[in-house]
Formats: sequence, structure tokens, C-alpha cells
Amino acid sequence: MTVLPANTTRDEDSDVVVPRRRPWRWVGTVVSVLIVAAVANSFLTNPNYQWDVVATYLFDPRILDGLLTTLQLTVVSMVLASALGLLLAVMRLSRGRLPRGAAGVYIWLFRGTPVLVQLILWYNLAILVPSVSIGIPFGPTLFSAQTNTIITPWTAAILGLALNEAAYLGEIIRSGIVSVDRGQTEAANALGLSRVDTFRRIVLPQALRVTVPPASNEAIGLLKYSSVVSVIALPELLYSGQLIYARTYETIPVLLVVCIWYLVVVTLLTLLEHWLERRLGVGFRTGAGGDANPRKGRWARWWSGNH
Amino acid sequence: MVVRQPLTPTEQPLVQLRGIRKRFGSHEVLRGVDLDVDTGQVLCLVGASGSGKSTLLRCINHLERPDAGRVLVGGELVGYVERDGRLHELPESRIRAQRAGIGMVFQHFNLFPHLTVLENVVTAPMRVLGYSRSAAEATAHDLLARVGLAPKVDAYPRSLSGGQQQRVAIARGLAMRPRLMLFDEPTSALDPELVGEVLDVMRGLAADGMTMIVVTHEMGFAREVASQVAFMSEGLIVEQGPPQDLLVAPRHERTRAFLSKVL
Ligand SMILES: Nc1ncnc2c1ncn2[C@@H]1O[C@H](COP(=O)(O)OP(=O)(O)O)[C@@H](O)[C@H]1O
Ligand SMILES: [Mg+2]
Repeated sequence: MTVLPANTTRDEDSDVVVPRRRPWRWVGTVVSVLIVAAVANSFLTNPNYQWDVVATYLFDPRILDGLLTTLQLTVVSMVLASALGLLLAVMRLSRGRLPRGAAGVYIWLFRGTPVLVQLILWYNLAILVPSVSIGIPFGPTLFSAQTNTIITPWTAAILGLALNEAAYLGEIIRSGIVSVDRGQTEAANALGLSRVDTFRRIVLPQALRVTVPPASNEAIGLLKYSSVVSVIALPELLYSGQLIYARTYETIPVLLVVCIWYLVVVTLLTLLEHWLERRLGVGFRTGAGGDANPRKGRWARWWSGNH
Repeated sequence: MVVRQPLTPTEQPLVQLRGIRKRFGSHEVLRGVDLDVDTGQVLCLVGASGSGKSTLLRCINHLERPDAGRVLVGGELVGYVERDGRLHELPESRIRAQRAGIGMVFQHFNLFPHLTVLENVVTAPMRVLGYSRSAAEATAHDLLARVGLAPKVDAYPRSLSGGQQQRVAIARGLAMRPRLMLFDEPTSALDPELVGEVLDVMRGLAADGMTMIVVTHEMGFAREVASQVAFMSEGLIVEQGPPQDLLVAPRHERTRAFLSKVL
């Protein structure tokens, strides 16, 4: 024990901690407030934004139709791409050389070519393949149709977007699966769990946890780049706006309307992402977060499939 | 249903290993291991790191496929069926059924972090043995109480201490009602003050007559609980005997050298 000089006697119970000063934080705050104020001022007082016009188009039926098309394209493509992406990820990780190679070629091809070109090719499939038939090779035909009757702008758009997106999601899901500790599979094997159970109940839930943030990025990207389907004359949100201002020349206010709707949907997607992250992250947060919570327990039970 | 051969010599060892060999690339990790473990015995497997203890343990439940030799548990060939003088590897479903009767506890616990303690314990009995949820949960509650974790059934593994996690892992293995438990350095990843609580559980299991093969560096545990201690070196079992012989008066030079380091 060191002896303190008489004039510095201290009471250890009343030690007060003074946090370090952070002057740059204050500078940062002031600068941010000034920038936000300037931008807001320009938005609100500059008449060129034509907020009155924005208001008239915000709920225009053509815009709302376009919004609905964009949402449908995004949701349907994302669902199909997730399923196909999962399949591609499993194929890439399989022991068989054939599935691994096939998935590799698929990903190489679809990531390596522009979506725009893929869309145009799907839309013009009839030029390449006039009719489609399903049947036993060299045997009877079970189903046959003219390509033109199957390929509408809508099916071409879904094919183009989903098949392309699946290549990206496949790689994201694969990296998620690889990130799960090998000891998990080992423990499941030692317990005698089947391969399907091991994958579905043990590996996949843990893989999806790390897959959610990059997959959400993909969903938001897909939402916006789905506007490329305007090349095959499918009026989604952006294209609907363009059709309007091509006639009225109210370019800026109509594009603002389009942006507002994109922002609304992206906000909703972000909320969904946070919710998924929280649900799949149960048990992974250190500290108090890992404790019992009956609602979370139900979710875990759903994953383990033992209702 | 396969009709098992009646075990005529009543005292046939539960585990019989005959000439087990395993190589990884050019490195022969197991070089013809023979080992018997009787029902109700506790065999402690000791030896330097890299001598092949984990690999041998993993051959017993066919997590590792031996290159040569036979593993018999309860008189039944593990992983293979013998037909016209040759060993044919069994279909995966049969191997899984064999594994289900052999519990395994790992150095790093390997609990499922996204499932609660209770789900960790009930999943395999429900999926593999076809227990109903209520039956599986009743068993799980009993076992968790037995390892002293009744209040933690709804916790997630990451919120538990290492010693608690390892006790959950033991309960998870026991929930399959195994006739043999394999332990691979169950206390090596634990802080010193947590080792005792895990060893206590294992001591209780041994007292209840569970057949156990334990890879460990805890010589105190080996001396007190083991019926047999086997010393492994460079892929072979060099010496084996009751702890009072092997640990006190080892005959082999390498055993002596090893023990002088760990005791
Ligand atoms: N899957 C594997 N691939 C290649 N080498 C391995 C593998 N598993 C173990 N080995 C090697 O086999 C030897 C024995 O390993 P192990 O059985 O883990 O020894 P112990 O458990 O006694 O420390 C070590 O040299 C290790 O590097
Ligand atoms: Mg080892």
C-alpha cells in the first residue's frame, strides 16, 4: 500500500469519472445541422421542385399501377431467386463433380452478362426457339406450345430478373453455409441426424443469419434495377413516370414522385431486414441478449421443426 | 429389422477394435490399434497431442472411416457389413442408426447456438428416435436436472459458461440413451475452476455404470474413475492397464516419459 501525502487524502467510494472531452463530435454536429438546413431550405423554398405538381401525381393511378408492377416484379423475382439460389449454393458445395460444375457454369454465365441483354434475349426467345415442348427425350411429348404464347413481357421480365439474381444469391448463401463451424455438422452427425435434418435444422438457420444483410442489399438493388424491364415495354414505377413526363414535360416533379415511392418501399424493406436479423440472431448476441424469452423460443422451435 | 446375433459368450466386450488403421495422405495416424472395452468400464485414453486419440475415437462412431480393421460395438460391425469375405460400407441410414446409440462429447462442446438448451437436447430424440415432444421434453428435463442445469432450459448456449455448456452437451448425448459414451478432451477448453463440475457429472455417469471412453489429460480423474488406462503414442496403443499399474509403475519408456510431463 502506498502512502498518500496528507493533502491528497481520498475517499475511494466517491471517485467520480469524468468522460474524455470529444470536441470533434461537436464540430461534426454543427456542420451536419448546417448542411441539412441548407438542403431542406432549398427543397422547400426553391419553386423549381414544383411540390404542388408532385402532390397531384403522388397518387396518380398510372404511378400506383407502376408501383404495383415494381413490387410484384421484386417480390416474385426475389422469391424465385432465393429458391434457385439455395439450390445453386447446395450444388456448388456438393461432392459430385457434375452438380458443382453445372452450378459454376450457371453463375459464371448469369453474373458475367448484362441483365439488359438477358432480358432482351428472353423476350425474343421465339427468334431462337420457335416452340417449346416438354416430354420424354425421343419419346412422347407431354406438353408443347408456341414460344410466343408463353413469353409475355411479364414472364420475360421475371425470367430475366430472377435467373440473374439467383446467381448472386447463390454465392451469398454459399458463403453463409461455409461460415458455419464444421463442429456443428459433426455434432449433428454424431447424434445420428439425417443429412436433410442436419442441413435444414442446424446449418441453414445459422447460415441465413449471416446471409440476411447482403441478401437485403440484393433485394433493394433488385427493386431499383427492375426498372430495366422498361426495355421490353413493361411499365413499372420508373417507366410509368417517364411515360407521364414525356407528354407533360414535368420531368423533375414526376421523378420526385418516383423517388418518394422507391424510398417508401426501401424503408419497408429495411424494417423487414432488421426484423429478420433480430429473429435469426437469437442466441448469437453475447451477454444478456442470450437469455430466455418465450417468444424467441417459439421461433427457435419453428426452425427445429418440432412444433 | 435386422436380427442381431445373440451374444453367446455373455461377457463379450462392448467395444472391440481390431487392427484399426487410418492414414491422412502420407501420414499414417493409426497403425493397427487393438482395444477392448467391457460393458460398464471406463477407459481413459491418454497420450501426447497428435498421437491419434481423436482419430481413434472418431473411428468408433464412423465419423472417420478406417482404412483397415474392424470396429465392433455390442458385437455389431460399425459402418460395414461383411459379405463374401469382404467389408461393404453400410448405407448412410444404417450408419446413422448405429451412431445414434453412441454418444459423443467434444472439446469445444459444439452446441447448436441458435437453439435453446432444451431444443438442443430434444431435437435428436425427436428426429432420430421418433419421440413425441412431450416424451422428449420429459427426458430432457430429467437429464438437465441431473447435470444441474434445470434452471437453464430456456437459455441459449452462448449465455452459459463453458462448464455449463459442456454439461448440456453431455445431457444432449445421454438423451439418445446411448450404450456407450465417447469423450474427446471434454475439459481441455475450460477455465480451471470449471473443470470440476464437468468431471463430477462424468464421475456420476461412471458410477451409474455407463460404458465410457475418455480422452483426457486429467490424470487425477483417470486414477480415480478409470477401470483401464491406455497410453497411445504415434498411432499405437503402447501400454494398457488398470490406473494403479499404468500410472504408478509404467513399463514402457515412452509412457514413463509422457507421465513425467503431465503428472
Ligand atoms: N482430417 C484430417 N486431415 C489430415 N490430417 C489429420 C486430420 N485429422 C487429424 N489429422 C492428423 O492426424 C494426427 C493425429 O491427430 P489426432 O487424432 O487429432 O491426435 P490427438 O487427438 O491425439 O491430438 C495429427 O498429426 C493430425 O494433424
Ligand atoms: Mg485430439
